[in-house]
Amino acid sequence: MANQKIIPVGPYHPLQEEPELFKLYCEGETVRDIKWETGYNHRGIEKLSESKTFEQVFFLVERICGICSTSHPFAFANCMEEIAQVEPPDRAKYIRSIVGELERLHSHYLWLGLAGHFLGYNTVWMWAWKYREPILDLFEIISGNRNSYAMFKIGGVRRDVTGDQIALARKTMSDLKKKNDLLTGAVMDDPVIHARTKGVGVLTREDVMDYAAVGPTARASGWDIDVRRDDPYAAYDMVEWKVITAPEGDVFAKAQVRLLENYESIKIIEQCLDGLEKEPEGDTEVKVREIPEGIGTGRAEAPRGEVFHFVKTDGSNSPVRHKIRAPSYVNIATFRKSCVGQTISDATISLAAVDPCYCCTERMAFAYDWHTGRKIYDGNQLVELSKQKTQQIIKNNA
Amino acid sequence: MGLKNFFLKKSLWVFHFAGASCNNCDIEILDILTPRYDVERFGVQLVGSPRHADVILVSGSINQRDKPRLLEVYNQTSKPVFVVAFGACGCTGGVFAEGNTFAGPVDQIVPVDAYIPGCPPKPEAMISGLSKLMQTIS
Amino acid sequence: MEQQSYIENIQQQLPEGATGSQVVRKNRYVIDIRTESLLQMASHLYHNLRFRFIIASAFESKQGFEILYHFSDDEAGSIISLHVIMPHDKPEVDSLANMFSGANWIEREMREILGITFRNHPEPEKLLSEGNWAEGVYPYRKNYKS
Ligand code: SF4
Repeated sequence: MANQKIIPVGPYHPLQEEPELFKLYCEGETVRDIKWETGYNHRGIEKLSESKTFEQVFFLVERICGICSTSHPFAFANCMEEIAQVEPPDRAKYIRSIVGELERLHSHYLWLGLAGHFLGYNTVWMWAWKYREPILDLFEIISGNRNSYAMFKIGGVRRDVTGDQIALARKTMSDLKKKNDLLTGAVMDDPVIHARTKGVGVLTREDVMDYAAVGPTARASGWDIDVRRDDPYAAYDMVEWKVITAPEGDVFAKAQVRLLENYESIKIIEQCLDGLEKEPEGDTEVKVREIPEGIGTGRAEAPRGEVFHFVKTDGSNSPVRHKIRAPSYVNIATFRKSCVGQTISDATISLAAVDPCYCCTERMAFAYDWHTGRKIYDGNQLVELSKQKTQQIIKNNA
Repeated sequence: MGLKNFFLKKSLWVFHFAGASCNNCDIEILDILTPRYDVERFGVQLVGSPRHADVILVSGSINQRDKPRLLEVYNQTSKPVFVVAFGACGCTGGVFAEGNTFAGPVDQIVPVDAYIPGCPPKPEAMISGLSKLMQTIS
Repeated sequence: MEQQSYIENIQQQLPEGATGSQVVRKNRYVIDIRTESLLQMASHLYHNLRFRFIIASAFESKQGFEILYHFSDDEAGSIISLHVIMPHDKPEVDSLANMFSGANWIEREMREILGITFRNHPEPEKLLSEGNWAEGVYPYRKNYKS
């Protein structure tokens, strides 16, 4: 204990809904334990939701997390439709799936870019974020906003996707496929990335079960779960696709799962566009007059894993209790397993692998000498450490 | 324009403080560094420490726990410093203004020089906001 | 019918402690259990049936404090919720965090927002409320005034 140093990562570090302060307890280079503090981003959304009407709750849950701004309304819509016992029309289902998958694409690119950045491989960052832009443009054309789409309502969707938009979506998808090939090649064949990510931050199947982790984090440890297939909603049982898994559980496997999932997403979107053309235009919602008393649970597969909403209603027009479980809530806890025993420079990428929005570590991470309180590293230097390791590996390989 | 302002105008270094935000604002801020928008051509750069910053960009609503930390960050910066309230949350509190932990919009905690509204503001809006800020330096 | 037998099947395998069950709708089940038997029941779902813990939802109602522990059966695509009710004056229940770490955070959260006590919690520190609201204030209780 005597030689342990604490490296706080955060707190201004908005990890989805849960910006936290991570304290890495280090002995020399090695991380021995990790503790977290949350509450920096607590906005009381569950409480706020109780004072809003069901229609307003959609806009609120959309703002839980900007990156998953479709998944939360998606789960909430599933939940409310369960309570009201309605089924949206097929056209609405296709549109929902399209929006959901576009979101997965942009989120996976975002992650890939940031992971590249933390490895000191800024080319990947710039590439991935450049290729992400056409997806956001498509969003802007479909929904009117780049990030918070406001597409969902109980019983259907707010906007139709028609003629030109379909054509544009098709074009974007076929372009994206080529870019994805390029990125997959750049990441999968790069010896440096292999050296930095293989065998790093390993989570076994048992760990995943223990922490109840979900999404790519679970699938990269060989645990084959995906709500889209297991408990189908929207159009996911009307199209052909498969769940991607990898057995290794390390950072590389997580990257691999996400990259290959991109292909599946493109496949789903293309099939949904086909489906959309067969359905009559404008048939995007069923009217729901009243929400009866009851409880409902809704799930949706967000880019990072299963989003879970529980709503209790009493026949009035706002929820009595609204419980939200975002995927990072359970995934972040796995840090204790994946980081302990790693070196500090590997800890950055292990933390990033789970895909908490890691963009902000560089802002306020300092290392303090536990005894004197003197600052040793700040966030940039931590990233610098990681970059140096990459350089070292490149040198050794040459 | 003095020499100091001349240089300041050409190299605004930005420290990003994310309060209780929804992340959207934060990713849009990162987005303007990437090839399509590339604000580094105006000399705008994100820095890791408030001590190096000329601008604090505050996104997200501020909750009780963030409030003292925002003040601390503000006090740590070398003056003069510009504070930019970013997004609906930064300007007014947005959807979270009624929350039980809300501690007031940014301008009630620290003095604000520029507001960039939107939820989230588009990257273009942000570039326009920063360029207006630059114009005030003379 | 099929739904009914699915839940009855689980209920029969469960050791003593279940007081009733209901099919909320397709693939959604609630099993009412006694507070004392929570550990036993959860262990059965988690260890024997290998269900995945999703989360727990707690709320206050006329009967007291209620918690629903949601478990997911990924093969069948269903959600099974264990339902416990605790009295208003003494909301106390055993902690599941020693069984699986996934319950660690949510129990700390429930303690802070509703003031439910979890016995034998391995890490009973604050999670969210530090600096946001005071100890002993429970914002999600019915009598909370902001
Ligand atoms: S202004 Fe909107 S996008 Fe930005 S943090 Fe607030 S809710 Fe999110």
